[in-house]
Amino acid sequence: MMGMQTATDAGLTGCIRCCAVSPAADTHCARCGAVLHPVSTHSLQKVWAWWSAGLICYLPANLYPMLKTQTLGETQENTILGGVVELVAHHNYGVALIVFVASIIIPLAKFLAIAYLALAVGGSERAGGHRHLHLYEVVEFIGRWSMIDVFVVAILSSLVQLGFAASIHPGPAAVSFALSVAFTMLSAQSFDARLIWRGSEQDSV
Amino acid sequence: MSSEISSLSELVACPKCDALHRVRGFSDNERASCARCGTLLIEPRETSFLHVIALSLTAIILMVGAVFFPFLQISAQGLSHGSSIFGVAMAFSDGFLAPLALAVLLMIVALPLIRFCALIYVLWPLSKGAPPWPGAGRVFHAVEVMSPWMMAEVFIIGVAVALVKVMGLASVSFGPAFWAFCLLVLIMGLKNAFMSKGAIWRALGQ
Repeated sequence: MMGMQTATDAGLTGCIRCCAVSPAADTHCARCGAVLHPVSTHSLQKVWAWWSAGLICYLPANLYPMLKTQTLGETQENTILGGVVELVAHHNYGVALIVFVASIIIPLAKFLAIAYLALAVGGSERAGGHRHLHLYEVVEFIGRWSMIDVFVVAILSSLVQLGFAASIHPGPAAVSFALSVAFTMLSAQSFDARLIWRGSEQDSV
Repeated sequence: MSSEISSLSELVACPKCDALHRVRGFSDNERASCARCGTLLIEPRETSFLHVIALSLTAIILMVGAVFFPFLQISAQGLSHGSSIFGVAMAFSDGFLAPLALAVLLMIVALPLIRFCALIYVLWPLSKGAPPWPGAGRVFHAVEVMSPWMMAEVFIIGVAVALVKVMGLASVSFGPAFWAFCLLVLIMGLKNAFMSKGAIWRALGQ
């Protein structure tokens, strides 16, 4: 096993699909035919673009109602945070915690984490190494779980249709929240984890 | 030139951290991880393609059942209302929310179905040691691109949260589609455990 030289250091490009390496001049992987992407900070532009789109959608997602509940002629509109507050009021602490973490903590933490990673790998030193990689893996794994609230709204709206007695309808925030989650997922996917190890060698295994 | 190519074929680059490794004389059932970040680089060959095919078929059958049978039903004050999984997606079908209905349908029904069919298409010839069917590489690439967007397990947690919210309001009964979908999520997890994309790419590359 050789030292921790990267394929980029050796003038090669690694295929992120099948791990084979090709000369840096090649555009397609010789083994699997995938388009080769050299490690470059250009990919960060995509990350920031999706990140901004996600943030723009995140604001209306929290300001507009997620759910409109009608019970016996009374209409109540709940935002994401309002839904959590209501769950707490009904002493469903466990579920309130799930919704709070999935719809508020995770999206905010994701915005911060992606921005931090994108800023951190912009320099020429390999600053973060494993720490950054683990952060990236957590962000990539956890992103989809924010979609829980969208599904909750869908299930409640299709199920609770008891006419005058009780009915639930989705609010506009459902769309912007789903878009926000999708955009931040795309942002995380556009991030090239190999950037973490770009630049001069200074880490030790 | 040819010696350069052969030495290149002994090198692999970690897809996560770009660390370069030399691999030589690996037998078919050995595995290798990246020395720096631990990403699996080489997986045991022939990792049970047949298992994945069988589980994909099971999942297709369960999904068809889950879509057509009743999913959940609530009743309160003499009124009752049921919903299928299709109905859940259609909750967003009014007005400007309509694209979200399509997205939900994609995430919980369509993408998983497409993925299972695509996996069978890719793996069926490979499991018999035959050359892959045309376009298998492209199909498998599509499978990988769509995998983060399949949210069956997220959906199940969503169901649990929704049920807690409804409990106080009405009594809930579970239809066959609910159990089919729970089983489906388990099957999908099992299938992911059996599937190693590196092994599939290597099998496709020959």
